[in-house]
Amino acid sequence: MHLIFSENALKQIVKRIRMGNSTLDKVKRGKSVTIVTLPAGKMKAQFIRLGISEGDTIFCSERLPGGTIVLKKNRQEIAVGYDLAKKIIVFLQR
Amino acid sequence: MKSDTIINTAEQNNSLNHTDELIPIEKEKVVLVGNPNVGKSCVFNYLSGMYVDVSNFPGTTISITKCEYKNRLVYDTPGIYGVSSFNDEEKVAKEIILSADRIINVVNALHLERDLFLTLQLIDMGKKVSVLLNFSDELKRRKIKIDSDKLSELLGVEVIETSAVNKTGLDKLEFAMDNAKVGNQQLDLHFMLQQLVEKNVSQSEALLILEGDDETAEKNNLPLGTPDDRERIYVSRRNRVNEIVAEVEYEDSKKGEIFNLLGRLSLNPLTGIPILAVMLFIVYLFIGDFVSQQIVDFTENTIGRDLFEYNVKSFVGNYSPVDINVEIFDEEENLVSSKNFSFSEGMDSQVELKNEFKTFSTQDGAVSDFNFTNPIVRLFFGEFGVITMTTTYLLFLLLPLVLSFYFVMAMLEDSGYLPRLATMLDRSLNKIGLNGRAVIPIMLGFGCVTMANITTRILGTEREKSIVTAILQFVIPCSAQLAVITVLLSRAGSLPLIIFITVISSVLIILSTTLNKMLPGESSPLLIDLPIMRFPRMDNVLKKTYFRAIGFMKEASFWFFIGALGVGLMEITGLLQIWQNSLAPLTTSWLKLPKEAANAFVMGMVRRDFGAAGLFDLQLTTMQITVAIITITLFVPCIASFVVMLKERGWKEGITVWIGTWFTAFFIGGLVAQIII
Repeated sequence: MHLIFSENALKQIVKRIRMGNSTLDKVKRGKSVTIVTLPAGKMKAQFIRLGISEGDTIFCSERLPGGTIVLKKNRQEIAVGYDLAKKIIVFLQR
Repeated sequence: MKSDTIINTAEQNNSLNHTDELIPIEKEKVVLVGNPNVGKSCVFNYLSGMYVDVSNFPGTTISITKCEYKNRLVYDTPGIYGVSSFNDEEKVAKEIILSADRIINVVNALHLERDLFLTLQLIDMGKKVSVLLNFSDELKRRKIKIDSDKLSELLGVEVIETSAVNKTGLDKLEFAMDNAKVGNQQLDLHFMLQQLVEKNVSQSEALLILEGDDETAEKNNLPLGTPDDRERIYVSRRNRVNEIVAEVEYEDSKKGEIFNLLGRLSLNPLTGIPILAVMLFIVYLFIGDFVSQQIVDFTENTIGRDLFEYNVKSFVGNYSPVDINVEIFDEEENLVSSKNFSFSEGMDSQVELKNEFKTFSTQDGAVSDFNFTNPIVRLFFGEFGVITMTTTYLLFLLLPLVLSFYFVMAMLEDSGYLPRLATMLDRSLNKIGLNGRAVIPIMLGFGCVTMANITTRILGTEREKSIVTAILQFVIPCSAQLAVITVLLSRAGSLPLIIFITVISSVLIILSTTLNKMLPGESSPLLIDLPIMRFPRMDNVLKKTYFRAIGFMKEASFWFFIGALGVGLMEITGLLQIWQNSLAPLTTSWLKLPKEAANAFVMGMVRRDFGAAGLFDLQLTTMQITVAIITITLFVPCIASFVVMLKERGWKEGITVWIGTWFTAFFIGGLVAQIII
């Protein structure tokens, strides 16, 4: 049996796939994320009103101890609670 | 032609008839609409001067301000991010917007992306709109350019650059009102709406129905749009906003980006907690030291007791039998001498003695204690006199305190600090089943618990409302009570302060953790807009302070008089004695206080600070003061908050909380007494 990828390379690929879709609570301060899915209903409506919709790339300007996330898009800043952040599927930008 | 039909139907569906009763119908209704913190009230203040009419919106406690401006009625609305029924503010704003003839949409130029969403929604409603691009003076400083002509062309309505702070552009407000027009609507959406308009619904309401606003759908008896409809409309509107912003806004350099250091620092607990501590210390210096000591000392003693009460009482004493005890104190509050004057038929019948009394009682440091023989006179002018005591407490003790508290609250609100505090404390509040937003009613509770009870409506779920309501009634002392407590504690020293804070915070933690465990369901998560922090605008702050203080005094005065009358009646009928005696075992052996302390608990049921103030006159040891303050803090809410709580939370919950406070107050107070006294 001959491996096409080295073990190390395989690990990298798995890691990348895992890293691709994540939830917002995992974002680090100073990184950007692309929003994949927002929780349906009024929450989503409120996000859209504040200027954040699915597909947008957004900067995480602060991650407080405990996991409250502060997002920044242009000049708009919003705070997202930890439990809500866990429900938002994002694509972590490298 | 089309726009005319739309406007006419909007008038037929006018749902604000109740606020219009006194006004002839011909007057056009202009409504100011905008996101929170866009300077909407500055614009309104410019139009109204001081002549505004503040009223509560029927069925809610959100106040609506309106004024007349050159034959038009101008309405201010609560700040909203979109028109719907997500919360009370939105519901109120929606009703007023639906009945509007013309809309002035105030937009924060620095937040076009956020604010234009509402603008486009208003335009999609088919309303006549003009846009005020506020804060346009800040654009230069931040090196941002907005092409307002282009914006006007894209929106299809007038766009006027203003700066409400230095009042530029506001002279064009009338032009904006005159030229408000139906803007460029999204065509496919417009045609969808027309199908509903054919069923005799206004275009505005049709849009709300399609966007899933159940209130509007119910009112018109039409099926609600699906959640997908709303999402489709919202997403396409959001895309249009983004396209418009991309076309009209240019940022010259990234260096001009908003540098909001204080805002950033107040978010992170590492720096945010010291900032909070410094802020609270400044507030303490201002309210706890300056206002409640120096100002109140002057207003309460010099004006209230020595000037007002002394003159009223001696005037009444001219005609009514009175026994006066005068004590003279030196500058260190030591008793120097005292004298008793007895007028069995009123002072006027004993002129010589009266003159002697006048000379003796007008020396420096003299305190006169009038004892009227006639019970009715005592009821109105005596120690708990409905006219004497209540006036002094209301005008010379409470008013300065309430003014200073509302001033501080308005400063905090206007600076944009509160949402940051909410964010910083979010995780800690999660532990007791709340989200960061709950910090707002709790902070307000330190101003007035009654007002804070109403503000619990901003919370997402019934569960959160129950928890915060309980916290407010059990442990949060209102400004008036806090002031009296501060005075008592500052006399008592630092150990009582430490005991007080420890006990009250333990009760807070135990209470909220228990409720979080007991109450079913889940709490809602935090999602909050962080406005740019700025220095509060004074005219705005002062106006807010003024209106709230007036509102508070109007509401509180009545209950004060009732309370004083009640206690006065109890005193002259002997009921007070019976009450004291029946509570005596509890007060004297369990709480280890003098039995007169029971008066404080009668008064405390009426107004909490009344109760605390009743402790002033008792000769208490330091530790007794500590116990008394703990008990009175945990004791029942005042009548006004009790009534509001019943209205907001229902009988069952209200009564449970009320009885709970009785139990907790006496249990905890006694427990502390047994340990420290």
